[in-house]
Amino acid sequence: MAKKLDKVDVVVVGTGWASGIPAAELTKAGYKVVALERGKDRDVTDYIGAKDALRYDKRHEMMEDHIVQTITARNSADQEAFPLRTQEENFEGNNVGGSSSHWSGVTHRPTEFDFEARSKTIEKHGEGKIPKDMNLQDWGITYDEMEKYYDQFEKMAGTSGEEDPVGVKRSSPYPTPPMKETPPITLFKKAAKNLGYHPFQIPSANLSERYENPDGETINQCQYCSFCMMYGCDFGAKSDPVVTVIPTAQKTGNFDLRTESYARRVIHENGKATGVLYVDTRTGQEYIQPADIIVLGAYTLSNTKLMLLSEIGKPYDPKTRTGVIGKNAAGFELSTPGGSARGYFEDKKFNLAMGAGALGGTFSDLDSDNLDTSDLDFIGGGIVELRLRGEDPIGYNNVPSDVPSWGKEFKEKSLHYSNRNLGVGFSPSTYGWRTNYMDLDPTYKDSFNDPLLRVTYDISEQDKKTTEFGIKKMKELMEEMGADIVETSSVAETWGHKHGYGEAAGGVIMGEDPETSAVNNYCQSWEVDNLFVIGASALPHKIPQQTATIGAFAYRAAEGMKEILENGAKLLVDAK
Amino acid sequence: MVDNKNNSTPAGEEHDPSRRKFIKNTGIATGGVIGGTILGALIGNPFKSEESSSTGDSKDDVHFSETRMFFSRFEDFKVLSEATERIYPEDDNGPGAIGLGVPYFIDKQLAGAYGSNKNDYMKGPAQKVEGVNTYQTLMTRGDVFIEGLRKMNAESQKRHDAKFYDLEADQKDEVLQDLSEGKIKLVGVEATTFFKLLRDMTIEGAYADPLYGGNKNMEGWKMKEHPGIRASYMDLIDSEDFEKLDPISLRDYQQ
Repeated sequence: MAKKLDKVDVVVVGTGWASGIPAAELTKAGYKVVALERGKDRDVTDYIGAKDALRYDKRHEMMEDHIVQTITARNSADQEAFPLRTQEENFEGNNVGGSSSHWSGVTHRPTEFDFEARSKTIEKHGEGKIPKDMNLQDWGITYDEMEKYYDQFEKMAGTSGEEDPVGVKRSSPYPTPPMKETPPITLFKKAAKNLGYHPFQIPSANLSERYENPDGETINQCQYCSFCMMYGCDFGAKSDPVVTVIPTAQKTGNFDLRTESYARRVIHENGKATGVLYVDTRTGQEYIQPADIIVLGAYTLSNTKLMLLSEIGKPYDPKTRTGVIGKNAAGFELSTPGGSARGYFEDKKFNLAMGAGALGGTFSDLDSDNLDTSDLDFIGGGIVELRLRGEDPIGYNNVPSDVPSWGKEFKEKSLHYSNRNLGVGFSPSTYGWRTNYMDLDPTYKDSFNDPLLRVTYDISEQDKKTTEFGIKKMKELMEEMGADIVETSSVAETWGHKHGYGEAAGGVIMGEDPETSAVNNYCQSWEVDNLFVIGASALPHKIPQQTATIGAFAYRAAEGMKEILENGAKLLVDAK
Repeated sequence: MVDNKNNSTPAGEEHDPSRRKFIKNTGIATGGVIGGTILGALIGNPFKSEESSSTGDSKDDVHFSETRMFFSRFEDFKVLSEATERIYPEDDNGPGAIGLGVPYFIDKQLAGAYGSNKNDYMKGPAQKVEGVNTYQTLMTRGDVFIEGLRKMNAESQKRHDAKFYDLEADQKDEVLQDLSEGKIKLVGVEATTFFKLLRDMTIEGAYADPLYGGNKNMEGWKMKEHPGIRASYMDLIDSEDFEKLDPISLRDYQQ
């Protein structure tokens, strides 16, 4: 029997950016906030000396284990889904900080096009440009309206960067200067310029200098030590919730962080959420935490699963294209849409063991604000990057494709090329597709005997055409960089039944019409007005790099929550 | 208590834990009739560091961790060792899998959480999935290795009337190649799943931090010109030259 606890102002599920930002903003304003984190307690001292590639990268130290749950996967509705049993096949962040702790730190803003993809496509090319099975939707808010929240996020995170010469408008410069330019980045920029592009340093949450944010939190200077993406930072030099919003909330005395607390349902009646049912996984005891406002700020998959299990919002039906929960699953196949090229250099050696998650060069000449797709058979576009994460020797064994993956020749060639190769990649947006969705699996159960989340996902023609374009452009770029051997990625025929790196989007998407979206542009549920569902789950399509956008919408949502706490629950946006 | 008189140390011999003495004593006790398999196993384990098979005057020489935790049958471990050596062979660059301690690395991994799939979703039903490399079995990784290694031996017997480890190099490679392509059938798990684990764990054992028992003396990192674990590359990251640095391991980094 669940124990009912005393009511608080706000309960948030999760401790990443999507939940940590509202927790910080509301506790600062004097409200009592309880956070439910399914994973373990973590602070900066957990990551001192955490430079162990086997433990963190290969054995997924920072990821949810699958003792409680995983997801099931299939390509189409006529197939039987199977569970992704290992953390290699399916991983998402866990513990305090969540996916926002193991992230790379790459902090791109999206394009203006991303916010109004449908309107802008119709305006420029006519409705005929949109494939009939594409669920292309506007987000219900423009970049200009959101700019101040991006600014707020970057100032909290101390983002290191320089202005994109052909990028979106900014109200202020990056809080800290860009990271160092290294020889491979120089090579990338030179080649990009030769091809007519406008390269710049990747905006980064691995900070170029020590920074104190407006909340008084200090983020240290990045040491380029290479143990970054998939790791917590050894130095507190990567902006993540553990060094920013979580301690900010804790300092107020208004924050109650409960770890090993697994949220299972949002309790609701008559259009109001009354609390969250959760389990203390150390004891198995169930609790109900009542609150005036409920925030689901977990990862895309957990937000979607919680909405389906709580029966809030109509589940999406791909046959009729009606319903909203589970709609527009995107970002599951990471190779397509995409496109990358790898170059092997006989006479150059690079210091590839050194680096940081967001160290690199980029340009946005091929993204959706700048690319004219009139004569191309896809919509949108993407960012181009060369990244120097600092390669660990277990996972980084690139060899030309005619070399086998084991044996004498593999050993020789992988040793020879270990510091003699570079990669460039094209990361486009992935749009919602009628047949890509999430629902509850009819067969497989989690350890609470609830159904697993089922993902039905395939690659669209749009994805394939975009990838062909990306491959062509990346090949040109790598050739211009002077590699002796240039090899490209290929177009995936179908989703490879893998998921990870915090890239999934959709499921509880925002918009201006409750018939086609689950939340409004405050990430407020259309059905239950004191429930907010924040994260990449709210994005109607997957954008190349989602973190800054998740953070920006979390700040906007926190504003909406304050309004409700002061003046009572109501819809903050009129439905269209 | 079972009467174990027959197995006890012969009268007059002092108990001596050293390997050489133990073998000698065993030989005396049995009158040499055990011979073959067991004695061969005791004497001829070529996978241990040279230092550790000596009596070792200095305690620092003894690699106590080169001892099997998971594989109960030495036969299985011999197949594993020779298979990893084909995947990552010794050459002019430096040691192969055996020299790097990879077989012991894998043995330790299989004895722990990874080998028992502690963090994985292991509820049924297991499905047969075509054309996707996915872990679809309710067997643990430890079970998968035992099944796979024994099938390799059985297949070698069938094809060449010899154990896997006694085959010629190209015959070994043929068995491994057929495993990797799923041409050899295993019970309860796809051969491709086993081969992927075997291949990936061999590479892990070559390059993981030496704390796990592989990458002996950081020789894997040295071959790759990899500096291991360092606090900072702040002063080197923009260097125009390739910086060859002596590797450092977590042992010398952590507090």
